[in-house]
Amino acid sequence: MHSSAQTRRAAIALLALLAVLVALPAFASAYLLSAMVLILYFAYVGQAWNVMMGFVGQLSLGHSLYVGLGAYAAAALYVHFGVSPWIGLWASMGVSLAAGALIGVLAFRFGIGGVYFALLTIAFAEFTRIGFDHFDWVGGSGGFFLPVKQHGVVDLANLRGPPVMFYYIALAMAVAAFVIAWRLRVSRIGYYWLAIRENEDAAQALGINTFRYKMLAILISSAMTSLAGVFFAFYYNNLFPEQIFSMGRSIEIILGPIIGGLGTLFGPVLGAFVLTLLGDGLTEVTGALGLEIPGLKQVFYGVALLVVILFVPNGIWPAMARRLGFGPSKGSK
Amino acid sequence: MALLEVRNLTKFFRGLRAVHAVSFDVDEGAIVAMIGPNGAGKTTCFNLVAGVFRADAGEVTLGGRKIGGLRPDQVCRAGIARTFQVVKPFPQLTVEENVIVGALKATSGVAEARREAARVLALLHLDTKAGEPAASLTLPERKRLEVARAMATRPRVLLLDEVMAGLRPTEVDEMVGVFRRINAETGLTILLIEHVMRAVMALAAHIVVLHHGEKICEGTPEQVVNDPQVLECYLGAEAEL
Repeated sequence: MHSSAQTRRAAIALLALLAVLVALPAFASAYLLSAMVLILYFAYVGQAWNVMMGFVGQLSLGHSLYVGLGAYAAAALYVHFGVSPWIGLWASMGVSLAAGALIGVLAFRFGIGGVYFALLTIAFAEFTRIGFDHFDWVGGSGGFFLPVKQHGVVDLANLRGPPVMFYYIALAMAVAAFVIAWRLRVSRIGYYWLAIRENEDAAQALGINTFRYKMLAILISSAMTSLAGVFFAFYYNNLFPEQIFSMGRSIEIILGPIIGGLGTLFGPVLGAFVLTLLGDGLTEVTGALGLEIPGLKQVFYGVALLVVILFVPNGIWPAMARRLGFGPSKGSK
Repeated sequence: MALLEVRNLTKFFRGLRAVHAVSFDVDEGAIVAMIGPNGAGKTTCFNLVAGVFRADAGEVTLGGRKIGGLRPDQVCRAGIARTFQVVKPFPQLTVEENVIVGALKATSGVAEARREAARVLALLHLDTKAGEPAASLTLPERKRLEVARAMATRPRVLLLDEVMAGLRPTEVDEMVGVFRRINAETGLTILLIEHVMRAVMALAAHIVVLHHGEKICEGTPEQVVNDPQVLECYLGAEAEL
């Protein structure tokens, strides 16, 4: 329970943060802007993944599958047929929805949960990666590249433009994902999801069709995640199956919400900030010292995860929210 | 015609005959108790009615509608709510949120469900705990939360599986009072499994006795406690009888 005063304080803090983020490109350096794009990207996918794990308790370790499918679908339509990504993204969502539906039906119809569900999601991501290695229409293992036109001209219809355009798109996506997760969380669907996460038998005994609500979660999550893929494709302009479908990418997606706070609304956002800023800062500092340590970021992620699990097992946000007097956020328990 | 009719209900677990040809009626507005020694098949009976297990034979009807073979969520939506003997709260949700989940079944939205939850919580004296996580409750409180959550679905029949276990005598009397009041005020039909005879005698006008998966006796409390078969199966085990 949270008082209206707490809610108001949280809303004001949120609006202030949003104002800073909107104004940021006016004074941020190119480097900071690119870091911010990354942060917002992870805040967005983290939110999408959190719908499944944080809300419904279904651990997906293969979310790179939806990123990859979304990225390749929109990119292929653009490169081969000149289809605008704004139209292509529907194809991306369609393909990811199909993949999510297949995994969901297989897992939830046959009662596969917990670690076995996680293994199933890894398996799907892995054999899709191998499949795309041999999918020559989109370049196979050699990679798929989007044409880079004149830099600096904003062509929103084809998502070609300077970093600042991508920054605002990423910001809009992160905000939209936050709002969607929040509205879902406080709705009937959100209550049913949390009930399933907490105790599936009890949820079912209260009249909840657990299969249907778990399917709903995987469909929403996979569709949202595929849009991250579309963004990724048009921002980076190159796609390699070995990278985009890799398990490492899936892990990167889930670190933010876990460190920030599973099942909370601010957790994925906060986690993305902390991990990206500290991770990039670390490589900057060691780089400035003339040290090139491969895998340093991964080690940092591991340590960060360890520290959080040891000292704030529910994530940074729930602990921080209490300190700041926001009470448990709307998204937390 | 009775509201809940159980006919010839039978369930095997491999070679074990857990429930065999059990039949009984629960009339609308009645409070019926199901008693019997441990392992008599009472909870299996409940699980068959609630859709957790599929019966090998027999039929269950609610208000004339066959509900055998339905999933637990469908049984709940048909109008039968149940509690679990081993309580299953949603530990990280608050007490209020636990009950809102139940209340959403019979309400149009979260706001109305919240009001309904507040009403049910007050009824079960859990209103002072509304904002606490369910994980912080004591066992007797968790038992009451089970009842509150089930009642919030506005069932036609409420199945209570040993909700008095572990309560002190004064707490038992308090719970008995709560159920009596709900039954009298709303006409809610209750079928309960109970070992605490103090509660059974105070609540139930009709008692069904199971032993080794079979119904050995049913009737009023007086008839049941004077039945030689009942006395025999309880001898030594339940000194209270």
